[in-house]
Amino acid sequence: MKLPDLTELALRNLRESLLRNSLTTVGISVGVASLVAMLSLGIGLQQMASRRLVKSGLFDTIIASSRREMRGMGREEERNGPIPGQSRILDEAARLEIEGMPNVSEAYPDIRFATELRFEDKPHLTTISALPQSAKGNDSFDGMQGSFFSSDTAPEAILQKSFAEELLGKTPPLGAPDPNVADLAKPLLGKELTMRYAQRAASLAPQAAQGSDPDSNSGNDFAGVSYSVVSREQKLEIVGVSDLDPESMRGPTRAKVFLPLKLAESLHVMQPTDLRELSRDSDQPVYSSISVRVKNPAQIQVVEDAIKKMGFTTFSIADASRGLRQFFGVLYAFLGIFGSLALMVASIGIVNTLVMAILERRREIGIMKAIGASDADVKKLFFAEAGAMGILGGMLGVVLGWAIGQLINFGTNIYLKRQSLPAEHFWAVPWWLVGFAIGFAFVVSLVSGLYPAGRAARLDPVQALRYE
Amino acid sequence: MTTAPIVPASSTTEAIRSENVCRHYRMGDTVIRAVDGVSLEVPAGQFVALLGSSGSGKSSMLNLIAGLDTPTSGSVIVQNRELAKLSREELAKYRLHVVGMVFQSFNLIASMTLIENVELPLRFAEVDRGQRESMAREALERVGLKARVHHRPSELSGGEQQRAALARALINRPKLLLADEPTGNLDSHTGTEIMNMLRGFNRQLGMTVVMVTHERGLAERYAQRMVFLADGKMVDDRPNRPAPEAQS
Repeated sequence: MKLPDLTELALRNLRESLLRNSLTTVGISVGVASLVAMLSLGIGLQQMASRRLVKSGLFDTIIASSRREMRGMGREEERNGPIPGQSRILDEAARLEIEGMPNVSEAYPDIRFATELRFEDKPHLTTISALPQSAKGNDSFDGMQGSFFSSDTAPEAILQKSFAEELLGKTPPLGAPDPNVADLAKPLLGKELTMRYAQRAASLAPQAAQGSDPDSNSGNDFAGVSYSVVSREQKLEIVGVSDLDPESMRGPTRAKVFLPLKLAESLHVMQPTDLRELSRDSDQPVYSSISVRVKNPAQIQVVEDAIKKMGFTTFSIADASRGLRQFFGVLYAFLGIFGSLALMVASIGIVNTLVMAILERRREIGIMKAIGASDADVKKLFFAEAGAMGILGGMLGVVLGWAIGQLINFGTNIYLKRQSLPAEHFWAVPWWLVGFAIGFAFVVSLVSGLYPAGRAARLDPVQALRYE
Repeated sequence: MTTAPIVPASSTTEAIRSENVCRHYRMGDTVIRAVDGVSLEVPAGQFVALLGSSGSGKSSMLNLIAGLDTPTSGSVIVQNRELAKLSREELAKYRLHVVGMVFQSFNLIASMTLIENVELPLRFAEVDRGQRESMAREALERVGLKARVHHRPSELSGGEQQRAALARALINRPKLLLADEPTGNLDSHTGTEIMNMLRGFNRQLGMTVVMVTHERGLAERYAQRMVFLADGKMVDDRPNRPAPEAQS
């Protein structure tokens, strides 16, 4: 029998025992719904976790540093690689080379220095670091008061909450609750800070003042190459106060004040590496480390290896993300097995329904055989009925599973809102899951139909025709 | 049907030949000899009545000829095909293309309309949808059910149902029409109507008809030959001159 005829007859037969077949189909759909609900929860949670991780900038960032930075640290890499003192310098050329690699979205120098900031004529010593404009999406700036830098060269600063507390003299005693970031930001936003710093000038001759008030300079003359250090000041406007700590990963060296990257570069602040690279006869900047952002966290290892080949030391926490993927693999399997259990129960329903149908339609099977139906025709007809129930149940189940997911998501978000937490979308039904769920229901139904269809096909027509 | 073993025919006009055919059933320790050594030759185009009382083995014999059952021993050769040597698949094709059957209880599928019932064998034969419908309509028209094509069997009288069953039996233009007590559930007037149709197909289409009945009168009026069975054995085989025109 041809497939359209089979389908038509199967659907007609399913309509004949509408209640029973509907209940069986609903059984399948509940099974599929539970599978879809479980898996979409797992997928949603994974997506949420990777969204968070990508946003945190931890999983798509490689920190590359010159091997010269490792002198005397006795690390394995130092022992295995070239002598740190002779290895490649992390300069602008190296930065551009890294930025030009495939899968790299940007590579920016890690500019970091300790200096004095004056606020309302009081000096405060702190560590400053520079941020590119792309850091705006970093979730460390979620809940930030004020705004991100208006441009990459604007004389603006973002303060970390603890530094804001320091400026206002509001550092809470240990154990006391943190003050609200909005209260801290109000008196600070738009105010001016004066940053005093040491500028590295490229030539021996004292330069004309670029900033204001060059109050001292000192000359150095070293192996024919020389530079001068000039004390300068830069006025900065406070544009934002961040609630979270964007540099929590860096431990004690973390910065509490952030400047736009291009601005920080143009200041030519004296860096510790400058002393070390004195022998170089180039005025190109040299960096102690650069941050490399990859386009896709999955490519982090490839990029990291390429940077290592250039002779630099790298650091990333890709290993942690590998562990995370493994965790989600186990979670999927676990949720999938639980979700499938309901479908397995439903498959027993299919067997039951079809065996009942054989008993009821014994005579009909006999008639069909008497007028020329082959065993294969009868078998295919029962398969088609099982398959149709599977596909219908699968489609209904996907809708049901999606609806359950939406409902749970909605309910959870109400709860999160009451707890003053931001709403989350931790439920995802991707298209492949829709296809997989319907396909799986179809296959499970066909497997369930194996026994009944075989039994119907083997029915003796003479016996079947005698059956009343 | 190409794979079916072909048996050389003893005569070119022979439709059915059974040779010492037996069908025995085992029920516990007892063996029931439903058909017990029947040898029969039916020439093509003959109208044969199988007569006998209940349990004489006439329906079992018909099932063997129809390929619904297989003999315990002996052979049934229809249209030069030895049925016992056919596979289940080949037997299904044989039933589909060579044999048309009508039953005492009509055996229409209750959930289908008349036209769907009639076109069912065409579905098994994988005939195209468009062609199928016109063939089924034509067949129903031939048995006078043109106005009833979309009715379900339960909405029809017994006679109408048997006419529909006849239309279904003839849809694949079989060489052999097998009827098992075709008038058993009908009143005599309707029964005559059906018998006239059977005779019409036999005469006009040259179809071989084997009819099982326990009504001797009916056999005498329509059959060209009467074969009597008792306890699974053939006890008499005689030619008959049917009445020229059926009377109710």
